[in-house]
Amino acid sequence: MSDTSQRPKAAVAGIDVGGTFTDLVALDAEGAIKLAKVPSTLQNQAHGVLNALAAADCKPSELSLIVHGTTTTTNALLERNLARTGLITTAGFRDVLELGRRTRPQAYGMHGRFVPLIPRDLRLEVAERMDSDGNVLVPLDKTALRAAARQLRDAGCEAIVVHFLHAYANPRHELEAIAELQTLWPNDHITAGHQVLSENREYERGVTATVNACVQPLLQRYVQSLSDTLATQGYPGDLLVMNGNGGMVSARHVAKEAAKTVMSGPASGVMAAAYTARRAGIPNVITYDMGGTSTDVALIRDASPSVSNEIEVEYGMPIHVPMVDVRTVGAGGGSIARINSGGLLDIGPQSAGATPGPICYGLGGTDPTISDANMLLGRLDPKGVSASSGGTENKVQHIVETQIGKPLDLTATEAAAAILQVANTKMAGAIRMVSLSLGADPRDFALFAFGGAGPLHACALAKELNIPRVLVPARPGLTNALGCVVADLRHDFVQTINAPLQTLKPTQIAEIFTAQEAQGKHLISNENIPTTEIENHYSLDMQFVGQTHLLRVPLTKPTTSPEDLQALFEAVYRKRFHVDLNEVQAAVVNVNCSVIGRRETLDLGQLFDPHKRKTTLKDAQTRTRDVFFDTKWHPTPVYARDSLPETFTLIGPAIIEQLDTTIVVPPGDHVTPDHDGNLIITIAGAT
Amino acid sequence: MNVDPITLTVIQAGLQQVCDEMDLTFSRAAFSPVIAEANDRSDGIYAAEDGALIAQGNAGLPVFVGTMQYSTRTLIAMIASGEVSSPEPGDIYIVNDPYLGGTHLMDVRFATPFFRDGKIFCWLSNTGHWPDTGGAVPGGFSASATAVEQEGLRLPPVKLFKRGQLDQEIFAIIKSNIRVAEQRIGDVQAQAAALLVGQERLTALLDRYGDAQVSEAIAELRSRAKTQMLACLTEIAPGTYPATAYVDSDGVVNTPLTIALTVTKDEMGLTFDFSGSSKPCLGPMNSVRATTLSAVYLAMRHIFPEVPMNAGAFAPLTVIGIENTFLDAQYPRPVSGCAAEVSQRIAEAVFAALVTALPERVTAAPAGTSGNFALGGHDPSKGRDYVMYQISGGGYGGNADHDGLTNGCSTIGISKAPPIEIMEQAYPVLYHRYALHEGSGGAGAQRGGFGLDYEIELRRGHAKASFVMDHGRFGPQGALGGGDGAVNRVTVWRDGVAHTPEHLSKEQDIPLLPGDRVHVQTPGGGGYRDPLSRSPDLVAEDVRLGRYTRNQAAELFGVVLEDAAPTPDNDQTQTLREEKRATQK
Repeated sequence: MSDTSQRPKAAVAGIDVGGTFTDLVALDAEGAIKLAKVPSTLQNQAHGVLNALAAADCKPSELSLIVHGTTTTTNALLERNLARTGLITTAGFRDVLELGRRTRPQAYGMHGRFVPLIPRDLRLEVAERMDSDGNVLVPLDKTALRAAARQLRDAGCEAIVVHFLHAYANPRHELEAIAELQTLWPNDHITAGHQVLSENREYERGVTATVNACVQPLLQRYVQSLSDTLATQGYPGDLLVMNGNGGMVSARHVAKEAAKTVMSGPASGVMAAAYTARRAGIPNVITYDMGGTSTDVALIRDASPSVSNEIEVEYGMPIHVPMVDVRTVGAGGGSIARINSGGLLDIGPQSAGATPGPICYGLGGTDPTISDANMLLGRLDPKGVSASSGGTENKVQHIVETQIGKPLDLTATEAAAAILQVANTKMAGAIRMVSLSLGADPRDFALFAFGGAGPLHACALAKELNIPRVLVPARPGLTNALGCVVADLRHDFVQTINAPLQTLKPTQIAEIFTAQEAQGKHLISNENIPTTEIENHYSLDMQFVGQTHLLRVPLTKPTTSPEDLQALFEAVYRKRFHVDLNEVQAAVVNVNCSVIGRRETLDLGQLFDPHKRKTTLKDAQTRTRDVFFDTKWHPTPVYARDSLPETFTLIGPAIIEQLDTTIVVPPGDHVTPDHDGNLIITIAGAT
Repeated sequence: MNVDPITLTVIQAGLQQVCDEMDLTFSRAAFSPVIAEANDRSDGIYAAEDGALIAQGNAGLPVFVGTMQYSTRTLIAMIASGEVSSPEPGDIYIVNDPYLGGTHLMDVRFATPFFRDGKIFCWLSNTGHWPDTGGAVPGGFSASATAVEQEGLRLPPVKLFKRGQLDQEIFAIIKSNIRVAEQRIGDVQAQAAALLVGQERLTALLDRYGDAQVSEAIAELRSRAKTQMLACLTEIAPGTYPATAYVDSDGVVNTPLTIALTVTKDEMGLTFDFSGSSKPCLGPMNSVRATTLSAVYLAMRHIFPEVPMNAGAFAPLTVIGIENTFLDAQYPRPVSGCAAEVSQRIAEAVFAALVTALPERVTAAPAGTSGNFALGGHDPSKGRDYVMYQISGGGYGGNADHDGLTNGCSTIGISKAPPIEIMEQAYPVLYHRYALHEGSGGAGAQRGGFGLDYEIELRRGHAKASFVMDHGRFGPQGALGGGDGAVNRVTVWRDGVAHTPEHLSKEQDIPLLPGDRVHVQTPGGGGYRDPLSRSPDLVAEDVRLGRYTRNQAAELFGVVLEDAAPTPDNDQTQTLREEKRATQK
């Protein structure tokens, strides 16, 4: 722990590389804010990063901290643009990575493809075997191991994975194998299964380790080259990289556990939401990040994002390390509307994507999308969205009318309203399922809207879900970059013990927590980043003996008696399922500890330039346009977000425009700003 | 129609949401891993007057498509005739009788009347696969049963909950007739909790949109699903499409059972005529009417997944000719194989018939067996008895787009296989191999996917091994000139001596001692179109990856590989393929 109150404020920049844009939020030493949004350069993301710094006039030499959210590993995985990687595994089990868990991609339809991350000829077997208690049944054949490693090296593998059965119970053979490999492998891209994840499921552990190995060389090269470039431009500090758990780690260490950076971008958005919501005094929110092709949803309780150890990046690719639980649901602005063979209106799952995109972009799109409906109904400014000078309104109107309106006997306007209604119904259903599957009732939350399209739909969705309030942050389109600036240092630890309560030794759990705390504290002090305090969060994953699903039980203190644990678990279970099962015994499966190094707080009020503020609402109004709500057109005032006064109350209908998004306020909803400049929208009629 | 099309869509999504939330509640709260992990359960909403399906959860096990409408219909009829006492709010009926619109005994159904203003508006029902319902063998899959009484406890519809209260007396009878009874209270509560959640959510939907409007929407959605299914069926040219599929044996008499199917397309839709199929059998490979119909529906849903699931979608599909065959067994024929195996052979027959009519949509036959290997015994180190199930998948069929998937789950299931590490923790077994079944994919321009090859050793105590599998005699069918997938093989090594079950894929209670091993190779999927037209490079790639041998490349695909790297020798390949084509004609 280090006390920072005496030091001058650090100049810090958060830079998030997304699929389309690279965003930057920076604070200089005086606390002044700088923002930038530049196109991403996906071939080498570093160019975009440097462009963003230049666009914001941030000199690396004047920054003391750069925090970076990257999609390097995510893109590499999804595009299968991976380092050539070999596997050495227990004799008899090289196909585990290809056989998976015996599934198909969808419940209905006998089609489906699956390509394992490592091809069969690069998966080699050696004699060795542990049983489930960690007893050695067959000793490790080190001669065979060395031969296998040479074979993989000669086949051009850059990274190697060692994955043995039951290594979570006894890692001895994996450790011995690593020691051998270090003598003959040409680099340090060596991953052992148990070191990334000490969990008892061979497919999930094996895939997690393999993902780690396949992206490690790429991430290593990327952060190295970016660090070097920043250093030559005078940046004196360590580059920090966002992990999928919402904490950040030094670029020097990040590649070792590269799998943890998958989901880095979405996680930083959720961390920014958690930070913003806590300062706003609204600690329970559902985040709703709607972009062009998809929508990410996450749950934040008591200002802490829900974290999962079981993210599945795509079909057959589980990554079981703690990551912020971001679920992708439903539609994006580019989702296509059509009439199905039953004569009903359907939205998605096909998307017009970014190119050609919605018709209203004017880039050649010809399928009607959600964005087109928003434009036709006056919610989006046609001039704001179109890339073509001639305007696209007539074309959009014509296509929506002929493709959607005619079959349903509706006008173009009614058809556009129908598209939004159906899209909102489906998205609301998906959000509801996400929150229910996490044990939460959406009515107890506020909706935190960000991303380019989130604030367009948030109020309608909130109404559908009976959510009373919507929070729109200051910079909805720069939320991920803001997450980089406000993120804490964080390390998560999971240990599987799988013990019924009656078999627990009195201090067993407390001892595990103590070891986890010490390890976390050590890692944080090594990062060399100022923190204000270190927090430990304890939880247990529990179940009734005989069940397979786990419920997470948060603990307020690391020492809790087995009797209290049984009672705590029963209470959590009752709350979740409305069922009492006190005659059945509970078991502790995982012991979890998160060690968080809190950083100094950032005043979000700085995200607005005070000089742009007007004194009255009227002065902030730029124009009036007709917007369609419910069944008719309403003359609707349009405001510039940056010009809004410090305090006001506004009653919808209203449109609030800013560079990175458009906020739609339906008739009757109330908008007020809070001290950080967030807009708090109270939904009319919500209970 | 008075409901506007947009409200209709919104109500449709709302009804679906009710069912999806029931599915979620049931799985998350259940104890039985069969329900919690394998999702062997389903929830739905059924019409008050005739039990017709209104909506069903998307996460339900495919084999239950359509079955609960038959059990609900039977329940409604029995209430009307006075055989079953009248429903009151809060009642939940329990039933598992296969002959009253069911599957096998382990699939236990709950049904509750949903009241509005004192009248039944609809029924909510769900099915969950209980790990045991009594009978001769743990788990209920007896390969040698000859009467349903040997398969377990058969429950007629009775009220397990009366006005919201669990009837402890009925539950006591159930508990004293089933194994591992102490955990069943958790499953019963979970199954009931799902129905309660359904009631809550449906009430909210009706309060919002009004009972009259929702009723109208339900009728309209049913008619539209019919329209949509008919629209899909226009892709099929009028005519008749025959196919045959075989079940290895009934487990008791060692002769194959024949499913003889002729599909006829006319303007009314499709007729599935099963006349000419085998007579009811002595062993447990009988199907019951509800399961047979459901198998046809689920096959059609695999072909047209975009059609929403309600009774209207099934209306253009007519099943005839099952009377007096093993596809419509009557009491007391044993039926434990109906849901897991016979249903998949029925689906295979539907695929085989329609792949000629819909070559772009339908795949060659998938492995199509649940591959059930049960090991029951005593573990001396834990001092307790156990029953272990190893349920396996196999290869899927090649198709117009791509090669078949390797190690997919059964046609009727969506469950995940348990990890080896968890199996070895829970049971006294050691896996020696869990590998790709090499060479098993049926040859084709797009080949079938590969099956699984595993070998398990018993480490401690004594145990008995039982197998209820299929495709041991005939491999999954290739399509449009593709070859069949490899057959299922079971070998039991007892004291170093190999034993093959007489029925190949089925046998009951083979005694095992420590050191004895069970070796299973599951089927590959059928190949799609002529293997001689498969790209030689793809064949070489499969050889390089050890999926086929060089000999198989030549024999099955007519591809000759150069000696060094496995790359195709184009001249020799061309010559060999010409020879093979000549002999084919």
